[in-house]
Amino acid sequence: MGKLKKIARRSFLIGSVAIAGGVAFGYWRYKTPYKNPLLDELAEGEAALTPYVRIDADGIGIIVPRAEMGQGVTTTLAALVAEELDVALEDINVEHGPASRAYYNAAALEEGLPGIAAATDEGWLARNARGFVHVPAKFLGMQITGGSSSVPDGYVKMRVAGAAARHALVAAAAERLGVDRESLRTEDGRVISADGSSLAYTELAAAAADVDLPDEPELKDPSEWRLLGRSQPRVDVLAKSTGTAEYAIDVTLPNMLFATVRMNPRLGGGMNGYDATRAESMPGVERIIPFEDGVAVVATNTWHAFQAAQAIDCDWGDAPYPATSAEMMEAVRNSFDRDYRDSRFRNDGDVETALIEADVVEAEYRAPFLAHATMEPMNAAAWYRDGRLDVWAGSQLPTQVYALAEEILGLDEKDVDVHVPYMGGGFGRRAEFDFIAQAILVAQAMEGTPIKLTWTREEDMTHDFYRPAAMARFRAAVADGMPVACDLELASLSVIASQMGRIGLPVPGPDVSIVQAAWDQPYSIPNYRVTGYRTPAMLPVSSWRSVGASQNGFFHECMLDEIAHAAGADPLEMRVQLMNHEPSREVLRAVAEMADWGAPLPEGHGRGVAFVMSFGVPAAEIIEVADTGNGLRIVKVWAAVDVGIALDQRNLEAQVQSGVNFGLAAAMMGEVTVRDGEVEQTNFHNYNSIRINQAPPIEVRVLENGNHIRGIGEPGLPPAAPALVNAIFAATGDRIRELPLSKFVRFV
Amino acid sequence: MQIVVNGETHDVDVDQNMPLLWVLRDELGILGPKFGCGIAMCGACTVHIDGRPMRSCSLPIGVVSGEVTTIEGLGTPGALHAVQEAWVEHQVAQCGYCQSGQIMSAAALLARVPEPTDEDIDIAMNGNLCRCGTYPRIRAAIHAAAGKLREA
Ligand code: FES
Ligand code: FES
Repeated sequence: MGKLKKIARRSFLIGSVAIAGGVAFGYWRYKTPYKNPLLDELAEGEAALTPYVRIDADGIGIIVPRAEMGQGVTTTLAALVAEELDVALEDINVEHGPASRAYYNAAALEEGLPGIAAATDEGWLARNARGFVHVPAKFLGMQITGGSSSVPDGYVKMRVAGAAARHALVAAAAERLGVDRESLRTEDGRVISADGSSLAYTELAAAAADVDLPDEPELKDPSEWRLLGRSQPRVDVLAKSTGTAEYAIDVTLPNMLFATVRMNPRLGGGMNGYDATRAESMPGVERIIPFEDGVAVVATNTWHAFQAAQAIDCDWGDAPYPATSAEMMEAVRNSFDRDYRDSRFRNDGDVETALIEADVVEAEYRAPFLAHATMEPMNAAAWYRDGRLDVWAGSQLPTQVYALAEEILGLDEKDVDVHVPYMGGGFGRRAEFDFIAQAILVAQAMEGTPIKLTWTREEDMTHDFYRPAAMARFRAAVADGMPVACDLELASLSVIASQMGRIGLPVPGPDVSIVQAAWDQPYSIPNYRVTGYRTPAMLPVSSWRSVGASQNGFFHECMLDEIAHAAGADPLEMRVQLMNHEPSREVLRAVAEMADWGAPLPEGHGRGVAFVMSFGVPAAEIIEVADTGNGLRIVKVWAAVDVGIALDQRNLEAQVQSGVNFGLAAAMMGEVTVRDGEVEQTNFHNYNSIRINQAPPIEVRVLENGNHIRGIGEPGLPPAAPALVNAIFAATGDRIRELPLSKFVRFV
Repeated sequence: MQIVVNGETHDVDVDQNMPLLWVLRDELGILGPKFGCGIAMCGACTVHIDGRPMRSCSLPIGVVSGEVTTIEGLGTPGALHAVQEAWVEHQVAQCGYCQSGQIMSAAALLARVPEPTDEDIDIAMNGNLCRCGTYPRIRAAIHAAAGKLREA
């Protein structure tokens, strides 16, 4: 092993190391307590490097440490490295990095820490608080894909890795040619000398490992960018247009068997007993494996496993929560009480006094439980043999698989390999690992034989970790066309408590997701208070695309629409007036211009506007609906967002459209209900989603006024529901305060 | 029994009730058609049988008599079908999981209606769910593919 070279940055180290026949550049860590996936040969006590770039005689590889679940992150992260390295995207191999704690994600944790600072808060306290978050992220070593954080997290790291690699390759070329490095330039994977002769990076790789790296490799000025800031073809698009992209559900292993599970639909209720006599004699069935709260069937074909699982008689335990969703909603309602108070991050002025003697506008809103319903049902493959475990799973948190392997099989990290193929949707569901634990348990029982475990859609729909049900109440007072007081109370189950409970971590302090995208909005109202209440745990809940913003955007922005109506103000103009953050004001102005807000509309048409800042991204949307007499039609959606720096406009547009459609689907028809302790929705016939015939045209504009680069997987979603609800009010005069809308109106 | 998939004849020895999807995926290792719902509600498993789009998850192998074409038989990365070309040019796929089915439904539509209106697209494609919400680009790509096929 050659000596290590490194560059220290404020919050991370980038370095290089020799590998067989070449060099790797990446995240560097001394005396790492964690396994390094690509440099297993390192002796104990030696430093280890987890690469972003690997160059050897065979070619150039860029390793992307975040999961591709549709958001296009593979392409954007690879482009960050390729830009500084001066290689074309089509000339490199882009690989998904193996699970490694060295690929920790600091940006994801910034949003999750309780009440530290609003994204718009640039005071020193806020900046320092955000800086400190790097410490626990490193400590936890969470390789997480979520929170719209991959691009912000990789924006500097990946470019520094590329620049460091370029520096070393140029230095190696200078030495080989006996010329000054200043006389050399790089292009398309080659170092080119003044006389026009050139050396390929692959030829220089071995020598580059010996080059000392500069303290601060110079990054290109954005004006010199050739890849970034332009739309790149997605590296996965060809595979995904030809049926050749491999998802976990496609993993094929020698002599593999196929499995499924049937778990207690009363979630967490356990199993008293089961009778598999009938199933055991069914065709193709190889093994029935009981778990604490269900059974797995192993068969020669997934369909045989499905059939046999249905034929098992299970005696399920009772649900550890109320029997119906109506009772759960009542519990949410009852948690508007001092005893359940969780947070009050905003408390400007004196709301109580301001509301005395005023004409008060008040209302109550509710949002239901929702399922993630990723297109690819939960599944994982596992193979336990010779004291080693391999797992293939679409996971947003692959490092967690090590903990599972240790818990279930007592295996050390070094004896576990986690492979992360493409994911058929994540939306937060794949940050959970119930299905992975099941695959490991089956692999354990079937030691020596590889298994692939696939859930039915019914299992998937009824065994989710749901978006929590939530309620809001507000009271407000207006004067002179503007709000003067606004008291917003929010109650819901706690996502963070539910999740942390599952990985055995305590929750220090309040759950910011209960009030996310409500307490931290860039509006100045003289008397403005936002209080969060935590409903005790019931149905298990989790992050659902945009997390708390998914319901709070709806609550906050319908509230502002009601206030504007009461104040006789234009709802868009009123928001512009209330705003204290220029990039936010700009997205509202942009969307108003795109839609020609204020222009006369045809009879029966109405428009609604909403603005939500989430994950640091200000997002404004206008939706137009038409009352056709036969039902409502969504005519068009206009969306403007600000991501600070737009690396790939076309992919950003796709993500905003995706968020809008996901938000519309939920607002129009998404609802999970519970009866007798079981989720009633089982498949797409009773948990439907938006389809092409209802999906509106969505025009997107991406602005770059913010001063941080931000991710866009989620922020397009939260304004969709309130903009639609406000549009329905404008078109029909009906103010709907509960989702889904299909309970009250018909969509054509 | 025998089935013809993408021009190749396969001998399969399975339960007559086994859906075509699971014969393709678990018996023959043809993995382009995806499992999404199992009840003909999402379209991820769409294949062509004698050119007609069918939901293979809900079609017992015993009743399949025609020739089966899966996405692998429509075109390959080296030789794309016009619909796939349009899909690449419009960067339609996000997670991509629904796209085999979308492309098969779109190809069948264009074979029947060379110049589809938006309404034709709504009718032919509303059985194909996309949870990533790629619908605007699906629509644009179908119109573009129609143009390509007309020129070809
Ligand atoms: S899997 Fe066949 S239609 Fe959904
Ligand atoms: S691209 Fe993900 S479901 Fe369609």
